[in-house]
Amino acid sequence: MTEPAIAARGLRKSYGDKKVLDGIDLAVPAGTVFSLLGPNGAGKTTAVKILSTLVTADAGELRVAGHDLAADPQAVRAAIGVTGQFSAVDGLITGEENMLLMADLHHLSRKEGRRVTGELLERFDLVEAAKKPAATYSGGMKRRLDIAMTLVGGPRVIFLDEPTTGLDPRSRHNMWQIIRELVTGGVTVFLTTQYLEEADQLADRIAVLDGGRIAAEGTAEELKRLVPGGHVRLRFTDPAAYRAAALALPGATRDDESLSLQVPSDGSQRDLRSVLDRLDSAGIEADELTVHTPDLDDVFFALTGSAAAIPAQPKENVR
Amino acid sequence: MSSLTLAARDCSTMLRRNLLHARRYPSLTLNLLLTPVMLLLLFVYIFGDVMSAGMGGADRSDYIAYVVPGVLLMTIGSTVIGAAVSVATDMSEGIIARFRTMAIHRSSVLIGHVVGSVLQSVASVVLVGAVAVAIGFRSKDATALEWLAAFGLLALFALALTWIAVGMGMASPNAEAASNSAMPLILLPLISSAFTPIEAMPGWFRPIAEYQPFTPAIETLRGLLLGTEIGNNGWLALAWCLGLAVLGHRWSASKFRQDPK
Repeated sequence: MTEPAIAARGLRKSYGDKKVLDGIDLAVPAGTVFSLLGPNGAGKTTAVKILSTLVTADAGELRVAGHDLAADPQAVRAAIGVTGQFSAVDGLITGEENMLLMADLHHLSRKEGRRVTGELLERFDLVEAAKKPAATYSGGMKRRLDIAMTLVGGPRVIFLDEPTTGLDPRSRHNMWQIIRELVTGGVTVFLTTQYLEEADQLADRIAVLDGGRIAAEGTAEELKRLVPGGHVRLRFTDPAAYRAAALALPGATRDDESLSLQVPSDGSQRDLRSVLDRLDSAGIEADELTVHTPDLDDVFFALTGSAAAIPAQPKENVR
Repeated sequence: MSSLTLAARDCSTMLRRNLLHARRYPSLTLNLLLTPVMLLLLFVYIFGDVMSAGMGGADRSDYIAYVVPGVLLMTIGSTVIGAAVSVATDMSEGIIARFRTMAIHRSSVLIGHVVGSVLQSVASVVLVGAVAVAIGFRSKDATALEWLAAFGLLALFALALTWIAVGMGMASPNAEAASNSAMPLILLPLISSAFTPIEAMPGWFRPIAEYQPFTPAIETLRGLLLGTEIGNNGWLALAWCLGLAVLGHRWSASKFRQDPK
């Protein structure tokens, strides 16, 4: 299979005067996780709705699971599973009935439907709640039921629109585990998220969507290389030591108020050692040393329009 | 399996879902049943003597015979409001978005609602009919064939009104709006020949009562069950039913095809 599981060329969509997607190109190889990252209103959900046949595009050549989206949407539907941002469970009936409904709509035999339902309820830890109406479920349980329903037909391509929004940390990690297992089974996952860590953890490739356009695309590592900002930060309590260190490290940016120095660094061991060696030979000891490597937050803020509005808050990794 | 078998299977799955909803949450259906039963009892026991005298009848029992066909059709008008409400509620739920992204027969969602609502209408008509018989309604020399035709008419009328109600539900942003826009379906019988003969109405008002679906359907039902003159009303009722069903179906289907918001 050389054809990508999801391919889009020149995808456009406007609502009235508002251009939501303004010419998007995507190619997601089969069996990988692709993450669409972007601020609220960037067009992530619209992209998912279009690729999952829910909404028609204004323009663009779109193929999902080897089928043309405009020419044969039913063939696309037969191959995909979708878990939208808002829970797509029938609240009036029980979790088990929801699952059996999906089995019926996938034309499974009664026996097969019961087997798949039992397996998935077990896997998603919903056996105890199976006989209760889905409307009584907690947010995390609804989300799990939602994903379980998506998996009934054994889809080859799965769209997950912000699957962990509103979940507690444990549920989020469980969801990540589920997504990893799916990919191991050869499924292609198209994931939208606002959480940079999530994209970093799961995605083989990431596209940053901003204002209806792809601002950057690549692996997490490739994206991180796009932005500068790696440095070592040294903090002192003794003003004399601070001044001595500033002399020993001429390339450093001084912050006289907090008595700290910022030395440009790629965060490698060698680079770090040279900084420490210079401090050692001057007989200075820093009170605190932190290494900052660019993370997806930096990429996000550097590439999306929100950079001007929200100042970047560098995450420091204490080493 | 052929595509037709699959389509039928999807429709029956959706029907099961809707009947499950109706069985779990029967309050809406039961509430809607109250209106026709209350009106039946009100008109028979409170206004019955006056109405009967006004129409040249002997006593209240004559008026029961007159009013029951209209009340049965009104029961349908009332029950289908439930269809409009449940369609509007359903369309605002995420589960419909899920159905749209699945390889199922496209119309099955709506057909499930329609068949479910027609079945509920028929059940409601039987219940109201039982109340009518309990308070003294009897048919006059109706043959088995006429009874069958009466049932057929009621079912067809329910189908037509349900498709219109489903269209109203599809066009409404929420359940309240759907309930409001479907209100005429229960008000129309009040300005038909259900409770008083058209000849007894003021001249300027008669066309309003005459040119609407309930009057010919009521007159046909009277003819079948009580042996009164049917005349053109049979064909008119049939034409109204088919026209409304086609219109409602087209309307609902085009709304369903539109991209969801």
